[in-house]
Amino acid sequence: MSLSSRYRLSDPWLLQPLPAWGTLTDDDYHALGFRCGLEIHQQLLTARKLFCRCPAGRYHRDRHDAEILRHMRPTLSEMGEYDGTALMEFKTRKEIVYLLDRETVCTYEMDDAPPFEMDDDALDGSLLMAMLLGCNVVSEVHITRKQYLDGSIPTFFQRTAIVGTDGRVPFGARGVRIRQISLEEDSCREVSDKGHRRVYRTDRLGMPLIETVTDPDMRTPQEAMAVGQLLRWLARSGGMVRTGAGAARQDVNVSVEGGTRVEIKGVPSLREVGRLTHNEALRQRSLLGIRSELARRGVTAESIGDRMVDVTPQVRGTACGYVAQAVAQGAIVGAIPLPGFQGLLEAPTQPRTSFLKEISDRVRVIACLDDLPNLVASSQNAPSLSSGEWERVVKACGAEPDVPVVVVWGSRRDVETAVREVALRARDAVRGVPNETRQALDDGTNGFERILPGADRMYPDTDLPPIRLEDARIDGIAARLPLRPWERRERLRALGVGEDLAARLARHRAWDLFEHLVTLLPDGCAFGPHRLASLLLDRECPRPASLRAAGPWWEALVRDLATGAVIPEAAWTAEDEVPQRAGDDEARRLFAAAWADALADGGVGAPDEAAKREHAHMGRVMPPLRGRVAGSLVREWVAVAAKEAR
Amino acid sequence: MSTGSDNGEFKGYRSPTLDLLRAQQAPVWSEATLHTSRGDFSGLILPRSETADADHIVLKLETGYNIGVRHDTVRRITVHGRKEARYQIPERQFPHDPGKPRVKLLGTGGTIASRLDYRTGAVIPAFSPGELYGSVPELADICNMETEKLYGVFSENMGPEQWMGTARAIAAEVEKGVAGIVVGHGTDTMHHTAAALSFMLQDLPVPVVMVGSQRSSDRPSSDAAINLMNATRTAATSDIAEVMVCMFGPTSDEYGLLHRGTRVRKMHSSYRSTFRTLSDIPLAKVDAVGVTPLRDDYRRRAAARKVDLKAVFDDRVSLVYYYPNMKPDIIDSLIDNGYRGIVIAGTGLGHVNKPLYPALDRARAAGVHVYMTVQTMWGYVQMYVYETGRELMELGVIPAANMLPEVAYVKLGWALGQSDDPAEVRRLMLTPVNGEITDREPHDGYLVLQGGSPEVSDFISSHWK
Repeated sequence: MSLSSRYRLSDPWLLQPLPAWGTLTDDDYHALGFRCGLEIHQQLLTARKLFCRCPAGRYHRDRHDAEILRHMRPTLSEMGEYDGTALMEFKTRKEIVYLLDRETVCTYEMDDAPPFEMDDDALDGSLLMAMLLGCNVVSEVHITRKQYLDGSIPTFFQRTAIVGTDGRVPFGARGVRIRQISLEEDSCREVSDKGHRRVYRTDRLGMPLIETVTDPDMRTPQEAMAVGQLLRWLARSGGMVRTGAGAARQDVNVSVEGGTRVEIKGVPSLREVGRLTHNEALRQRSLLGIRSELARRGVTAESIGDRMVDVTPQVRGTACGYVAQAVAQGAIVGAIPLPGFQGLLEAPTQPRTSFLKEISDRVRVIACLDDLPNLVASSQNAPSLSSGEWERVVKACGAEPDVPVVVVWGSRRDVETAVREVALRARDAVRGVPNETRQALDDGTNGFERILPGADRMYPDTDLPPIRLEDARIDGIAARLPLRPWERRERLRALGVGEDLAARLARHRAWDLFEHLVTLLPDGCAFGPHRLASLLLDRECPRPASLRAAGPWWEALVRDLATGAVIPEAAWTAEDEVPQRAGDDEARRLFAAAWADALADGGVGAPDEAAKREHAHMGRVMPPLRGRVAGSLVREWVAVAAKEAR
Repeated sequence: MSTGSDNGEFKGYRSPTLDLLRAQQAPVWSEATLHTSRGDFSGLILPRSETADADHIVLKLETGYNIGVRHDTVRRITVHGRKEARYQIPERQFPHDPGKPRVKLLGTGGTIASRLDYRTGAVIPAFSPGELYGSVPELADICNMETEKLYGVFSENMGPEQWMGTARAIAAEVEKGVAGIVVGHGTDTMHHTAAALSFMLQDLPVPVVMVGSQRSSDRPSSDAAINLMNATRTAATSDIAEVMVCMFGPTSDEYGLLHRGTRVRKMHSSYRSTFRTLSDIPLAKVDAVGVTPLRDDYRRRAAARKVDLKAVFDDRVSLVYYYPNMKPDIIDSLIDNGYRGIVIAGTGLGHVNKPLYPALDRARAAGVHVYMTVQTMWGYVQMYVYETGRELMELGVIPAANMLPEVAYVKLGWALGQSDDPAEVRRLMLTPVNGEITDREPHDGYLVLQGGSPEVSDFISSHWK
């Protein structure tokens, strides 16, 4: 359908394909006003869960012992109103079923018993993290309840506590500010969410998590990825986090100039952060383009009605498969016109998708119409109702022929909810970018999950008293803080290790081993820290560069290197047995024998070029001497002997 | 409550922290930055809880989290402004529908409905009809509701005073004409009160339904709203005219159970499904659809019937839980302190050790009424089977059949409030008012299933718990 001049799009952004990930420069992101913050969740490596004594880290994919059914009921805010998120969740009227395994869950998780005292190992681990990131540590830990109304926690709130605020991590020229470190319990894993029933598995519920929240200091998606890596690495260096699949998760906040802070949850890996934040920035920019387009056309929130028009008769006998099937099973079909939205439903908002998907997402999540496609629009290019059917539908809505109409189908109650949601999303489009929590999808785009809850939905947990942090405890943890990577590089620099090597070693597993071995090198030793670093990182022959796995072997080797009992060349290639350096007399004897052998083999006289000649000599003489006599020395002796031979 | 706590501008803070806040002129509700040896913290200064120590300042950060800052780490406080919490409960009218039955909700304590002050975490009871309507609007679909607060105590502090007061209030209300009564009550002693009301209010013409919540009502996961709806529905429409306890059946949100007030007991410290009928089956099941009786031997609703109010109690009664090596001085001290009645929760079929015999003899001589119940909760007292039992009966100990120990305690106090004559007291005790003693225990009265047994595991895994 071609648009009349009044509805021709004027924002160039809406007229061109969305820039692909990897094609924008830092300047492009700055121009967009890209801002990004990270929230990294990492499970602590403890024996027990956070507020009960269930064992930590047990996961069962395929069995459970019992099921419990619950419903969510929103509670009133202090203003006598229901919180927006709560209302949204309640509107969905979901049944929530929890799968329990006897081994991993007790009465606490199911909200059938009050909390036990907080696990000390978890608290120590979170304090260590807070200090690693340079945070201000609190004197008294207060446990707070943060409402989560999707059912992922049976109590419908998460117990969480701040242990540190206002930290900082050096990064590039600016650094990244750490807003807070908190310690909290993990939620259930979703098994399915279909129609009006959501099912969760409870094994992960209650696991202790550290949450690291940064300020929105990242200015490009690449920065976001790099900072994420750094934070993840720092946690690992502390040794207090679990590793392995599912042990770490991240959420990101993204906004662009004029947009809104949108949270994307469930980013599958740090590698995905770049593409996801890039696509979200584009989505927000597109929504802002749609907003200004609507403003230009004089569309207001008030001008968008939410009356559902029952068009079941108008589509009777349709060939459109999913509509026909639904109607055959007793569904009704409802329509809502969106005057002023000409050409905008198809405006691209994310790669391979358009604004219409924003509407479809709301219909899916809130009206629980989750068999896709769950709507059709008269302006779509994709096949749907016939043009005759569309004409009748548009007429039934009392709309002008060019006004786009959205059609949904399902039970009467669900269709009424769906139509209201279409109107609500259209009104949101007039305002710009709605404040939402979105879900990361596998293809790097994101979908609507829920309306973003505010900071008001937190209140003190009075089931447990505040925990006093004694100085002795804080000092004890501070004393065992490992060096941070930038501190490690400093130390290496001071030891004379080259920049490149230092940068690599600071992040390398072999750090602990290096720190231990460097103490074995006396001052002024010929085999110094730089060569040690190089040896650990680049040695040809594989041997675990780990203190625990191969400490004694390395210790022996380094001691020998320090005293000169072993020559560096031997260290580079030897496997188990490291050949000892041959003493002067023995070296000469070995050389003489090797030279004699070479002569006997027939031909020391060889190529004319001196260099090639020397190379050939070395080739014959080195093998029995390798690792026992320094190559440089052998070269000297070869030169002398060759001269004498002529 | 400790002395020296400030209830004015520095709510809840005590020395030494109080001194610091005063000196820095930083009262509660100040928006401030605390400059400390551990860094700067900015937020809103909240009141200090009475039960927390005197060393920390509570700060609410912008993100909504609270933290504690120790007073001796604070170098300086800069105050930027003030943001007092003014908590207001908006007034809302409980809609009136002349077609709907009238239900009266009497409150004794326990917050069956409440709101949260998010700033401080204070739980504020929502109790007037308007507040309840705001919290559980579904009630207006069931009835026209009026409320009256009788008491506001934790239920462990309920006692004979409150039992009698509640019984009188219910009788008065029934007199005025009402479809049913709901009594909001803490769960700890709900079964004691239920028993007391069962004795004090006989021949009820309408349902009297006790209700509480195991999870505080400010939580979205609370059982409060469902319990309240079920109880109200029962009071308004059910034809069971007895004193009942209405709480969750399973721990899932499936249905509630109505338990006869004389055989119900709280059986778990925290499960939603903690209330159970012992040695018999409950009266009925209740859910959004309605009340479904599980038996037909209950007293039916009859508007014309006059309630028989007997709100009396002699509190010189004690409940003694026997344990091995219990010494006679326990019983002696009760006698010497003027107790008129003793209920013993004995072991097995109703036994105690030999050293107590002389004390029990003394009790009989002093005219103290002594009754025997079983610690095992389920099952009858039967003191003929073993020598101990026969000896105890000769010492004047009277078997109380299958009356629950707490119920026997309540009933003895009620009986002694009417007479001191042993024969009369015995008649009152052993003549069942409403099921506190039953003729027979059916096979499904005791069903404490053992987890881990294969057939039980199978059953549990195939139903919502």
